[in-house]
Amino acid sequence: MDLSIFLIQVLNSVQYGLLLFLVASGLTLIFGIMGVINLAHGSFYMLGAYAAFTLSSLTGNLFSAIAIGIVLAVVFGYLLEWIFFNFLYQRDHLQQVLLTYGLILVFEDLRSIVVGDDVHGVPVPAALSASIPLGSTMSYPVYNLFISAACLVVAVLLFVLLRRTRLGMMIRAGASNREMVRSLGIDIHLLFRVVFAIGVALAAFAGMVSAPASSVYPGMGNQVLIICFVVVVIGGIGSVPGALVAALLVGFIDTFGKVFLPDYSGMLVYLLMAVILIWRPEGLFRESAV
Amino acid sequence: MAETMLAASDLTRRFGGLTAVDRVSIGLERDAIHALIGPNGAGKSTLINLLAGELQPSAGSISFRGEPVPAGRPERMAHLGIGRTFQRSNVFPEFTSFENCRLAAQARTPRPWAVFEPALKCRQCNEAAERSLATVGLDARRGVLASALSHGERRALEIAMCLAADPCVLLLDEPLAGMGTEESQRVLQLLRELRRERAILLVEHDMDAVFAVADVITVMADGAVLASGPPDAVRGDSAVRQAYLGEAL
Amino acid sequence: MSAARRALPLIALAALAVLPALAGKFYVELVAKIMIMAVFAMSLDLLVGVTGLVSLGHAAFFGLASYVPVLAAPDKYSATSLWTSLPLAVAASALLALAIGSLALRTRGVYFIMVTLAFSQMVYFVFHDTKIAGGSDGTYLYVKPVASIGSWTPLDLGNATHFYYAMLALLVLTFAVLRLLLASRFGHALRGIRSNEQRMRALGFNTYAYKLAAFTIAGAIAGLAGYFAAVQFGFVNPEMVSWHQSANVLLMVILGGLGNLFGAIVGAFALVLAQDFFSSLTKHWLVLMGGFVILVVMLLPGGLVGVERAWLHWRRRRG
Repeated sequence: MDLSIFLIQVLNSVQYGLLLFLVASGLTLIFGIMGVINLAHGSFYMLGAYAAFTLSSLTGNLFSAIAIGIVLAVVFGYLLEWIFFNFLYQRDHLQQVLLTYGLILVFEDLRSIVVGDDVHGVPVPAALSASIPLGSTMSYPVYNLFISAACLVVAVLLFVLLRRTRLGMMIRAGASNREMVRSLGIDIHLLFRVVFAIGVALAAFAGMVSAPASSVYPGMGNQVLIICFVVVVIGGIGSVPGALVAALLVGFIDTFGKVFLPDYSGMLVYLLMAVILIWRPEGLFRESAV
Repeated sequence: MAETMLAASDLTRRFGGLTAVDRVSIGLERDAIHALIGPNGAGKSTLINLLAGELQPSAGSISFRGEPVPAGRPERMAHLGIGRTFQRSNVFPEFTSFENCRLAAQARTPRPWAVFEPALKCRQCNEAAERSLATVGLDARRGVLASALSHGERRALEIAMCLAADPCVLLLDEPLAGMGTEESQRVLQLLRELRRERAILLVEHDMDAVFAVADVITVMADGAVLASGPPDAVRGDSAVRQAYLGEAL
Repeated sequence: MSAARRALPLIALAALAVLPALAGKFYVELVAKIMIMAVFAMSLDLLVGVTGLVSLGHAAFFGLASYVPVLAAPDKYSATSLWTSLPLAVAASALLALAIGSLALRTRGVYFIMVTLAFSQMVYFVFHDTKIAGGSDGTYLYVKPVASIGSWTPLDLGNATHFYYAMLALLVLTFAVLRLLLASRFGHALRGIRSNEQRMRALGFNTYAYKLAAFTIAGAIAGLAGYFAAVQFGFVNPEMVSWHQSANVLLMVILGGLGNLFGAIVGAFALVLAQDFFSSLTKHWLVLMGGFVILVVMLLPGGLVGVERAWLHWRRRRG
């Protein structure tokens, strides 16, 4: 394989992996801290992408669209937790699965009513529309590098939040022992709301930032969701480092799989999961290694 | 010479940096009640979980009637005839007391997975359930859902379920906790009767009960065995007095 | 249980038995389809309601079997024999369930849910990405399987009335077999596992083996349903294996009420009829469906059948 082609695939793998990480980290935190399995998480990614489309058409500028989008996502997440997810904590997993599945249907149709079912493209900002040459014949879009860079920055910010701030400490404590946090007098409801809002914002951001590079289409949330489930299972529920490792692993296997085994690439990720399960049924990083 | 039914040798269990059970050797003999006492956090429940197969030891071994036993498989231990009760009542809340015991008895039938015979008709299971409920005095409450039982009744149900499987070794984790005086006395009398043909390990905090009924006492503190022997010897052991019993005696 | 309540299932059975004489072809086919879904739902109830295993990948077994009538035919226009292709379909589903179950059951709780979903996605991609049976486009079943023994053809699967009664028989038979299973020691052990798996192990039950057996049986029965779904519909595609199918059947089970099989049947009827109703109202019926799902799960934790069970439960608690 040509070196430049190899490099392109590596960059693609990293980009995909980092995007998955953003979405999966929210999923794993929400499950690890609140014990809620949220099937609608992929919808946040989808809503983020559609938001990027709508807002950038309105403002004419992707960056401002993303900025506004993040704020909207946080508010949306906060309200959604308050109004709806609040009720899920007492419920068993089966009910959570079905309630959040119902939510997916609601989101899909609301989006359909408001924005329609068309597939859209989001224009790449002029500043980032160049391509970097790789080797003599290949080139790589600058915007894709921007996606990876943006995700990396957010990932670093997430780690800093978790490791260096008081909020992060509470989140990590909550991931390993919900009862203890409650008895320490920390307002657990507020904590849950914040965590949920962060999770939604991460997923929406991933959707927004990747929208110009891939198309914006109705089923995109579901695709991402299931892969993220695999990422969370492989990485270990509640573990953000685990989600990072697993997401990158999945990114590489999927990207290179498409190159070498195009007919079977869809299955490879699940095969990976099966292999990991045989070896470590609780994921690579076990529970609550946040 | 009494037969050693269940024995542990240098049993150790670590949780990360904490050594919950530290090179504990203990032997449960037939026709004897072996009490295990010690302050909270001494490792008593961990030891029971190790002996019952709920936990894998970090080091050391367990043997049943002289033969080594595979670790970490509670169903294997149950099959050898080792029964246990849990510190916090661990019953089937949606089933009645009778159904709880019947399920316990079903485990010891030759084909507990039988597909063509209705479970209700299993005579062996029904009789074992009746007997065990009557033994602990719960027969009047046989039709009551386990979730509706009082705390003391649920402790009694714990014991009944253990008995319904007809074990030859009983590991009892604080069976008297939360029981009234009358109920406790009944359970102690029951233990004296059960002792025949069986080996019993009794973890308890009630010192009067322990000294009234135990043949051998092992004292644990900080995961290790502090002393072990007949009640009088333990009572007189100065290290034990200092560390645990204090002026209570 | 009052005599009236006991009579209810029999009345329903009688109604189902006479339906073809009273209703038109559309309803006969619709109810036949619902009965197939009821069998599918009962198989999932064995897992979810009885054993406590929430599987989000049950469509894998349904879908795999649905491909068998197409794949087993020597060529597009030859019919397979019912007596060979049906056992083949059920066996294939059972084997897949055994394979997936042996791995998935190494996990617990929410991991199990996610893992079953992921494995069924794997099966989905096998049919979607490869050229098997038309890939993502699917393929038609041009000729229905033939149910003849020698020269005697007891039933014609292409005849709507024959097919209806065959499905009614299937429903009744499956119900009877599952009831037998549930009343047996095996069934009681499964319920024990749902109630308190740790205690079951401490009592001496090898719970992994029991769960795997239940998973395999459930997969086989799902295969039974999938086979006939393909026969009736005349067309198979990867959507038969999609996770929407899995979520759909899970919804039926919880809508109707867990653990007593009647719930699964009631749920199948209720869900299919609800979907038909909502989709006739508006193009954007998903939002109605989603709202419906949310309302049902929140307000009726015991499902439609659960209202009565809750009352029985309360009576028992009084001693």
